[in-house]
Amino acid sequence: MKTKLMAAAAAVALSIGGAQAQQWSDGTIKIGVMNDMSGLYADLTGIGSVIAARLAVEDFKAAQKGMKVEIVGADHQNKPDVGSGIVRKWIDEDKVDVIVDVPTSSVALAVNEIVREKNKVFLISGAAASDLTGAKCSPNTVHWTYDTWALANGTGKAIVKTGGDTWFFLTADYAFGHALERDTAAVVEKNGGKVVGKVRHPFPGQDFSSFLLQAQNSKAKIIGLANAGGDTINSIKQAAEFGIVKGGQNLAGLLVFISDVKAIGLQTAQGLIFTEAWYWDTNDVNRKFAERFSAAHPKKVYPSMIHAGVYSAVTHYLKALEQTKSDADGKAVVAKMKSMPTDDPLFGKGTIREDGRKIHDMYLFEVKKPAESKGPWDLYKLRATIPAAEAFRPLAEGGCPLVKK
Amino acid sequence: MFELLGVSPQALFGQLLLGLINGAFYAMLSLGLAVIFGMLNVVNFAHGALYMTGAFVAWLLLEFLGVGYWPALLIAPLAVAVLGIAIERTMLRWLYKLDHLYGLLLTFGLALIVEGLFRNEYGSSGQPYQIPETLQGGQNLGFMFLPNYRAWVVVASLAICLGTWYTIERTKLGAYLRAATENPALVQAFGINVPRLLTFTYAGGVALAALAGVMAAPMVNVSPQMGSSLIIIVFAVVVIGGMGSILGSIVTGFGLGVIEGLTKVFFPEASNTVIFVIMAIVLLIKPAGLFGRAA
Amino acid sequence: MIAQAPAIAAIGTPRHHYAAFAVMVALAALAQGAFGIYPVFLAKVLCFALFACAFNLLIGFVGLLSFGHAAFWGSAAYASAHAAAKWGLPPELCILFAAFVAAALGAVIGGFAIRRQGIYFAMITLAFAQMIFFIALQAKFTGGEDGLQIPTNYRRIAFGFLNLRDNATLFWFVLGIFLIGFLVIYRVIHSPFGQVLKAIRENQPRAISLGYHVDRYKLVAFVLSAALAGLAGGTKVFVTGSAALTDVNWPMSGEVVLMALLGGMGTIFGPVAGAVVLITIEEFLAERAGAWVSVIQGGIFVLCVLAFRRGIVGELARLLKKPL
Repeated sequence: MKTKLMAAAAAVALSIGGAQAQQWSDGTIKIGVMNDMSGLYADLTGIGSVIAARLAVEDFKAAQKGMKVEIVGADHQNKPDVGSGIVRKWIDEDKVDVIVDVPTSSVALAVNEIVREKNKVFLISGAAASDLTGAKCSPNTVHWTYDTWALANGTGKAIVKTGGDTWFFLTADYAFGHALERDTAAVVEKNGGKVVGKVRHPFPGQDFSSFLLQAQNSKAKIIGLANAGGDTINSIKQAAEFGIVKGGQNLAGLLVFISDVKAIGLQTAQGLIFTEAWYWDTNDVNRKFAERFSAAHPKKVYPSMIHAGVYSAVTHYLKALEQTKSDADGKAVVAKMKSMPTDDPLFGKGTIREDGRKIHDMYLFEVKKPAESKGPWDLYKLRATIPAAEAFRPLAEGGCPLVKK
Repeated sequence: MFELLGVSPQALFGQLLLGLINGAFYAMLSLGLAVIFGMLNVVNFAHGALYMTGAFVAWLLLEFLGVGYWPALLIAPLAVAVLGIAIERTMLRWLYKLDHLYGLLLTFGLALIVEGLFRNEYGSSGQPYQIPETLQGGQNLGFMFLPNYRAWVVVASLAICLGTWYTIERTKLGAYLRAATENPALVQAFGINVPRLLTFTYAGGVALAALAGVMAAPMVNVSPQMGSSLIIIVFAVVVIGGMGSILGSIVTGFGLGVIEGLTKVFFPEASNTVIFVIMAIVLLIKPAGLFGRAA
Repeated sequence: MIAQAPAIAAIGTPRHHYAAFAVMVALAALAQGAFGIYPVFLAKVLCFALFACAFNLLIGFVGLLSFGHAAFWGSAAYASAHAAAKWGLPPELCILFAAFVAAALGAVIGGFAIRRQGIYFAMITLAFAQMIFFIALQAKFTGGEDGLQIPTNYRRIAFGFLNLRDNATLFWFVLGIFLIGFLVIYRVIHSPFGQVLKAIRENQPRAISLGYHVDRYKLVAFVLSAALAGLAGGTKVFVTGSAALTDVNWPMSGEVVLMALLGGMGTIFGPVAGAVVLITIEEFLAERAGAWVSVIQGGIFVLCVLAFRRGIVGELARLLKKPL
């Protein structure tokens, strides 16, 4: 069934544009949504991102504007080889103009190089690596929704300011976990907090009790979870089992998504604090989008921030094309995108920085208690808004070669 | 108060106990593998996937039928045993006369199918499963807070392991089983239905895996990939213990759990690799494994 | 015995092998030229085909099932990508270096693994490969989950004149490497050394009693297989542009087993056929139903083991009554 829907979503050319579409390199604007449709990130990205892109094209009224837009989707299965193979073929053979989403940083970084070499456009929503706008930044890439630095920063700062000033890190022992820990520790210390200890756990892990015990003995007020996915879920689940939250220590998730909260359940996850870029239940426009999205989704899930990011990024891309009148030169399109302020229903007003970083507000959320939740997707309450100016890594600190010093 | 390399004895006790709990899972899984291998000469690669299936059955029972943990502890292994019977009857049976490697390849394929099907149906983020009410909370042992549920896991799995050992080594049924592996033709001649014996052995082995799965469900995220990350470690455990002896696999399982637990305290970076390092050392000194007979 | 291929008669090249070889090369060249199949895809298939052939050298001709060949393929990919990205070596040197790294690793792992046979051998190689995976995950130079990418500004020119940015040139370059590897394997199998390997496969005690240092032969075969897997892995980096954790993880080991099984273990051309089919399925499903890749692979495993143990080329050879 999923297959059928995916094919439908992917293959249907969305609009048969007017006759004067000749400014597009091959007659159509072709959007390639590539992500994980079957593995770890399938609920978070997957077919939902294809739907989000489709909704964006509909709302943009591309057909009425004489733009013929087509969306294709593919599953990179979290394998960089498959991902880069698809993208090369898409660009070389199928004349795809823009690659969207791409979670899993190893795949995103591989695609980043290909898109740059072929001078197309790459709009990242799913991947987290802040290197994409740092050392590995590219004039063809915009990193839209979030990155590890923004999450670490938002959560770290907000918690220290509300009194959580001693931290113990539970860190996944690989580059990603280390980066998350390093960025958060820096923010904590800058805001007057103290890191009292840390432990590196193997990845992927099943049993975290040993490390949680070490965290418990550290007497730190906050246990920072510098890990992701199943590791985060298991740490939270086992922390509840060992009575860590009841004992007065709090957990801070440094990379938590709505699908993780669903997997843990409110009973266990309640009180968890973390940062996200978007949540469906914050205003009427978002709620309406969530309803439309969920109705179109084969599993009826609500949109994640990554889905919203895809919607927002595609909208802005189409706006830029309206100005450039051509999709042939990826660099020029991205330059145009950077020069125009962004404004769309979901993310509101924002900008894109020189290094390709999209700038917008971020939000600190807390998971609701089971009693507070009114529906299966009523999961968060808003704790604080992190203003755009403070939400992302300062331009100078990223080390992006595109930025002139 | 003395400290060992900066770790207080209290913390050390705690970690030892936790290691023992993890060891319980290694023991239950490697026990099932050893029983199946001993009787059928099949390395059951699908063991991890069936462990996962056990956990999922428990979750499904709760989610759709409202059946709780305690009945699941019985129903899930039975359900998986039925699945095991089907696998043995329709597929494994045809491979006994061939090279043992075909059993490994077949069960590897089965593992891919089972895991893939669960992922397609229920997604990969996982499902929540709560600790049963009677076992919530925990005891403060002075040196650590021990959740009641973990205490139950360690006691229950020890009982199960010893029960299995007793059944195979000390009962009449066990005697038939052991005889059938030595000389199936002779046992058959005594009027014992050997093919059926093999079917039940496989069913019993995978039921053990499913039982471990149900017991793990309240502790770890119930997700399609929970089995595959465990199975390779369990393979290493089996290589270290040697597949010859039932008792050997139990002892090795618990022992390696404890060693891994200690590594998590003193050198957490290596806790993923320590079992493989031990495996390499054992292979150098005693290629047949600690409890194995020479091949 | 696991390899059911008709025994290869004697040293020397039977005429129909020339024919089969010519067909294979012609098909590859035609696929690129005449049928207009995307050359980068073909290059990727060739890398996996060589990988499967290297694996098959062990299972088909020594009777050792390695479930850890991802370790060699993956570490070679890392070595190659590292040499390119960090040292700026030209592609041909990167690939040579990669094969060398894989061979060295093969010597270490093989030294342990050949102490046991059959199922134990499979489990030990799997466990060691998993250890390599954890090392790759934690080590700095592999980039953890980010992997290593060949940067855009890297000068992708092989031997000073082959521009690998050009898709067709890349294809011919990879085809060349594949053929070198393939012919090396062919030569080894049909050499006196290869005959001893087969003797060990058929009856190890007898080989020992004839005075052969069985362990030494096995180790050499293992190292050779690892080196060729490394050659393939190192080349792959220039096709896909990156090396990452999926290259060293255990599903990759399973995939190469499946390629050999599907194509026909112990046949010469089988692994190539297996690789073509499997990679095509993987790519085909990527844009349609990626979720089913693992289920379908599992299904092929089960089907092959139960009903199709000779594999594609093995069945073909049986029909033609000639070993292929």
